[in-house]
Amino acid sequence: MGRKSLGNIRRSFAPWADPAAIPQVRFESVTKRFGDITAVSDLTLSLYPGEFHALLGPSGCGKTTLMRMLAGFEAPDSGRILLDGQDLAGIPPHLRPTNMMFQSYALFPHMSVFDNIAFGLRQGGLAREAIAARVAEMLALVKLDGFAGRRPDQLSGGQKQRVALARALARQPKVLLLDEPLGALDKKLREETQYELMDLQAELGLTFLMVTHDQDEAMAMADRISVMERGRIAQVGAPEEIYEMPANRYVAEFVGDINIFEGIVASVEGEVIRIDSPAGLMVLDDPSPGLAPGQKASLALRPEKIDILTVEPDGPGNKAAGEIWDIGYLGDFTMVQVKLDGEAGQLVKVALPNRSRKTETPIAWDDRVWLSWDVEAGILLRG
Amino acid sequence: MRTGTGTRSWPAPRWLVVALPYAWLLAFFLLPFLIVLRIALSDTARALPPYAPHWTGWAEAWSFLQALDLESFATLVGDSLYLDAYLSSLRIAATATLIALLIAFPLAYAMASAPRRWQPALLILVILPFWTSFLIRVYAWMAILRPEGVLDALLRGLGLIEEPLALMNTETAVLIGMVYSYLPFMVLPIYTSLERLDRSLLEAAADLGATPVRRFVSIVIPLARPGIYAGCFLVFVPAIGEFVIPDLLGGPETLMIGKVLWTEFFSNRDWPLASAVAILLLLILAVPLLAYQRFARKEAA
Repeated sequence: MGRKSLGNIRRSFAPWADPAAIPQVRFESVTKRFGDITAVSDLTLSLYPGEFHALLGPSGCGKTTLMRMLAGFEAPDSGRILLDGQDLAGIPPHLRPTNMMFQSYALFPHMSVFDNIAFGLRQGGLAREAIAARVAEMLALVKLDGFAGRRPDQLSGGQKQRVALARALARQPKVLLLDEPLGALDKKLREETQYELMDLQAELGLTFLMVTHDQDEAMAMADRISVMERGRIAQVGAPEEIYEMPANRYVAEFVGDINIFEGIVASVEGEVIRIDSPAGLMVLDDPSPGLAPGQKASLALRPEKIDILTVEPDGPGNKAAGEIWDIGYLGDFTMVQVKLDGEAGQLVKVALPNRSRKTETPIAWDDRVWLSWDVEAGILLRG
Repeated sequence: MRTGTGTRSWPAPRWLVVALPYAWLLAFFLLPFLIVLRIALSDTARALPPYAPHWTGWAEAWSFLQALDLESFATLVGDSLYLDAYLSSLRIAATATLIALLIAFPLAYAMASAPRRWQPALLILVILPFWTSFLIRVYAWMAILRPEGVLDALLRGLGLIEEPLALMNTETAVLIGMVYSYLPFMVLPIYTSLERLDRSLLEAAADLGATPVRRFVSIVIPLARPGIYAGCFLVFVPAIGEFVIPDLLGGPETLMIGKVLWTEFFSNRDWPLASAVAILLLLILAVPLLAYQRFARKEAA
């Protein structure tokens, strides 16, 4: 089957893979508690110069606290935070070479756009002409020339977001912190702004640290994503690693849609593993050292990696029979739920790309179908 | 009866909604003001009420109007006592307002910074004095400030003073009384504007390199400005015409316009002059108020 198509990304920027690369920001065993709640727990993470890094997780996972500790609004209870090799402990926010774009933008309502952007520059004792020149430069950068005299309440949401960005960039921070930068924008504007931010980051070569709960945002923009769970990092990696090689069930389920077949390892022959699950015997091809028959294991399968066939497939791949349970037409693809035969009757999500405008074999509710997927399509999750 | 979507359930004309407050102002502000103005333009007389001329009907309207004059206003301008009293009132009210502001701002700031669950209790503490009569609270200050009173006893007990402080019946006592009485009117509006202040603005300012002092000067104070102005007016306006506090706590040399007005009215029974004093006071207060309103409108625009 034609699965070996274009789509995977060949990245040239990957300093984290280079043992000689020197990180710009380092969180070393950082812990932060609020009362009984541990917001960040013994967390270690390195950010490299020029990296666009996203902290991704549900609310309360500690991502915002981690970023606020770098900005200096919170102090770690233990561990240290280094920026360009310097320990930031005891340095108040106004002396740190980081700048933040706030979730609510936090534009000063009593100041014009010009004064908002100039605010940080004025704290540095810059000459009046230099400030004006820098503000003009920033306004041009975020495409807001001519808006200098406006007040924040005379701006649209997207314009406010740009002013907040310009204000944070004006002081040339070493690291730009973005707290849910697109959260307040509507969908269309969010997509546009997303690519603008990426271009801007590439142009400036700055290190960006973004906090978001939106996986699409993180996947599209970041060089690397840290998926966070209850104050810890569940996995760090490039978006395609997070998606195609989730380290555990939490990551697999948090990022994207996934089907999970729980079972027991039946046999291990080299890299070929067979798992006995209520939905049948499944084969997958994955190096997994130390795996032995009898252990609990799950096979995780992304919806777009499954084919739906009307006849029983032949060949070495996996297959399972069932009937169409639900159909959700989404335009670019159709999300089909198939109820597998057997007592468990597990529902499996299948994403069918709508590559033609018309098809000769449309599917309908209650149709008998076969599911088919490659031995390489599944992800082995232990335990 | 409601018959369709386009009909009103109650035919409340919009003019009524607008007219009611105006009718109120007309009946209880403009009309009394005109009466006072008319008395101010009359002459004193041994009569009841003690001024002339009296309105005797439309037939004599012309002679009535002819009998009115500006004599009382001329006295106000001619006798330096009144000018001194106005200036002294302005000075005392302005001083009291400034002191109240200096005390109220940190107080309001602390209240607004306190944990949210404490704030209702702190607010109640600020308005708690209102549950006691104003007069009783001023009398209490007499007991505190009088020679050998509570304050003297306390300070002497602590060994801080030898001689009793001669505070009672001085301008200082008047200022203490005024600041004490009007402090809540300063605290509440400032607290309200500070409480609404978005904390992330202060964080943003810090993030952009502003020191704590700069954050206070360029973020906190400008955003609290409406509250500061409102508080200053709420203290300054009643303080300038205050009568009870200077009468009870002040001395013979404490000259305030409220006391002058009282003397003219009750001791000298010079109603026209007392009315003229009142009208001039009103004008003095109206000018800054109108100026403030203009400013507030411009700020809002």
